[in-house]
Amino acid sequence: MINVGGLELKNPVIAASGTFGFGREFSEYYDLGRLGGISVKGLTLEPRMGNKTPRICETPSGILNSVGLQNPGVHEFVRTEIPFLRQFDTKIIANIAGNSFSDYEQMAEILNDADVDAIELNVSCPNVKDGVVFGQDPQLLEKLTRSVKDRFEKPLFVKLTPNVTSIVDTAKAAEAGGADGVSLINTLLGMAIDIYRRRPVLANNTGGLSGPCVKPVAVRMVHEVYRNVNIPVIGMGGIETGEDAVEFIIAGASCVMVGTANFADPLACIKVIDGIEEYMEKMKIKDVRELVGSLEFN
Amino acid sequence: MKTNYLCRVEELKRLTDTIWLLELDASNIREDIKPGQFFHVKCGEGYLRRPFSVCDFKDGMLRIAFEEKGRGTKALARVKQGEYVDVLGPLGNGFDIGYDRICVVGGGIGVFPLLYLLNKSEGSRKDAVLGFLCKDKVVLENEFENSCDNLVIACDDGSYGVRGFVTTALEKHLEKHDFDIVYTCGPSIMMKKVYEICKKHNIPCQVSLEERMGCGIGACLVCVCEVKKENVLQNKRVCKDGPVMWANEVYYD
Ligand SMILES: Cc1cc2nc3c(=O)[nH]c(=O)nc-3n(C[C@H](O)[C@H](O)[C@H](O)COP(=O)(O)OP(=O)(O)OC[C@H]3O[C@@H](n4cnc5c(N)ncnc54)[C@H](O)[C@@H]3O)c2cc1C
Ligand SMILES: Cc1cc2nc3c(=O)[nH]c(=O)nc-3n(C[C@H](O)[C@H](O)[C@H](O)COP(=O)(O)O)c2cc1C
Ligand code: FES
Repeated sequence: MINVGGLELKNPVIAASGTFGFGREFSEYYDLGRLGGISVKGLTLEPRMGNKTPRICETPSGILNSVGLQNPGVHEFVRTEIPFLRQFDTKIIANIAGNSFSDYEQMAEILNDADVDAIELNVSCPNVKDGVVFGQDPQLLEKLTRSVKDRFEKPLFVKLTPNVTSIVDTAKAAEAGGADGVSLINTLLGMAIDIYRRRPVLANNTGGLSGPCVKPVAVRMVHEVYRNVNIPVIGMGGIETGEDAVEFIIAGASCVMVGTANFADPLACIKVIDGIEEYMEKMKIKDVRELVGSLEFN
Repeated sequence: MKTNYLCRVEELKRLTDTIWLLELDASNIREDIKPGQFFHVKCGEGYLRRPFSVCDFKDGMLRIAFEEKGRGTKALARVKQGEYVDVLGPLGNGFDIGYDRICVVGGGIGVFPLLYLLNKSEGSRKDAVLGFLCKDKVVLENEFENSCDNLVIACDDGSYGVRGFVTTALEKHLEKHDFDIVYTCGPSIMMKKVYEICKKHNIPCQVSLEERMGCGIGACLVCVCEVKKENVLQNKRVCKDGPVMWANEVYYD
């Protein structure tokens, strides 16, 4: 067992939000109880249809996506998806997104009364009131974190966006607001152009970059944040193998999330879990905790 | 539990300058494979898998016909006999095959899933109306000939078969023959026109859709299409709820 900000995990691998739905499809490929946890598709207060298609574009060693938070809404999640997920011995992390303080606060209250194990605050969305992205403004982020923390008794993680000048500043803001941990990185804002049509490939024009191409950026950010905050860090960005996961753990992550890798290989999370075990056996390490942040600079 | 499979390449045949027929030993696939379903296939170094319809499946031999377009299909066109291809599937919802008098309408590379459909259908009458740009693009003519009762081929430029669009050929065909269902796959403007013709003749119509995919299994929601069911607009996943859909729900007015 590892404890990440009060969340007890049987292993350090969690399925990343938006790449795993509510687990239903993957439950046809393996027992979801093998996972440390599942961060579900980003939830909003009301159901959302999401963006127009194309919503995906392959890029060198990765993808751009612009799903636009299509989801059935938090109420439907509580009604039908939690009971489904509870059949499996794994932790349920509710990933939530909103466009106002009130959106987030209402969802926190609803989820406080529901059977979830933690909240992951997706703050990559703009606050409609002033157009500023919550996760890009440290003061706004601290305030938002505090107001969700006041309404939700279980562990709260803030998912940091890499689209900032200093991720340390936003990580510290989350910590000051009372977050039990931070998870990073969300996708990097990008664009791809169809040169024959001279138009963006994605219907939404821009999208979020993920997959192996973002891994070095993510590892660097995880390490910077690890050195500067005292709450646990959940690392992600391009993890495909146990070795990739170990790299994040050495950089300072207490556990990891696996996202885009699930697309090419539905068994990716299981392979990462097994790969970490193999590494530990080979290196004669008994407890992953020994590895966390064990990086030594040259 | 479901899984991906490694299938041995038995043969890779060139059908036209850009179209290939890949034959895979799929005897290790124990699941039932329905017409209209697809496989999500690893192609070379491409990061995502590529979706390809089942063109035929018989005695453990899986056939996939594909057109060389970009990075993935170019890599797939270079596989060698004896190598293994990583396939995930069968995926998606196939055609409803419980109809008696059936007509399949295909355009270009959209004809591929229709061959397996004809082979699996137990209907008493099975016709095919297929359209291609020109004579050089006509593929699998013998296979279709053997799998249906009546084959009409149309070429846009008149270089083979009847001259003109496949939809014109279909209109003529429906004036002479009755069908219980029309199944169609091809470019979306073509399928929409096919649906309008079917509507005029009061024939139900199923379409097989294409959309860019991520996971291919229904989890990531990148492949959605808007459908109207019982007057409510909703997003359906082409990979999981489709790729086959009822035309009247896709091309709602
Ligand atoms: C359900 C379904 C069944 C299909 N069946 C067949 C078939 O039997 N034979 C055949 O030749 N083609 C079929 N296609 C189209 C085929 O998937 C694309 O031609 C192929 O993915 C192109 O890959 P690429 O790397 O060569 O092209 P690129 O343009 O380099 O591909 C870049 C990305 O876009 C995606 N993409 C490009 N074109 C399409 C497309 N038309 N549809 C979906 N994704 C696309 C690719 O998968 C890849 O992720 C099918 C598509 C779908 C959705
Ligand atoms: C299709 C897709 C949808 C995503 N949806 C969400 C989401 O709803 N909420 C969220 O916090 N992150 C979302 N993400 C970001 C991932 O959870 C993850 O942070 C990012 O993709 C980096 O990890 P990866 O490279 O392993 O995918 C999404 C990513 C993808 C590819
Ligand atoms: S491709 Fe992921 S839901 Fe269809």
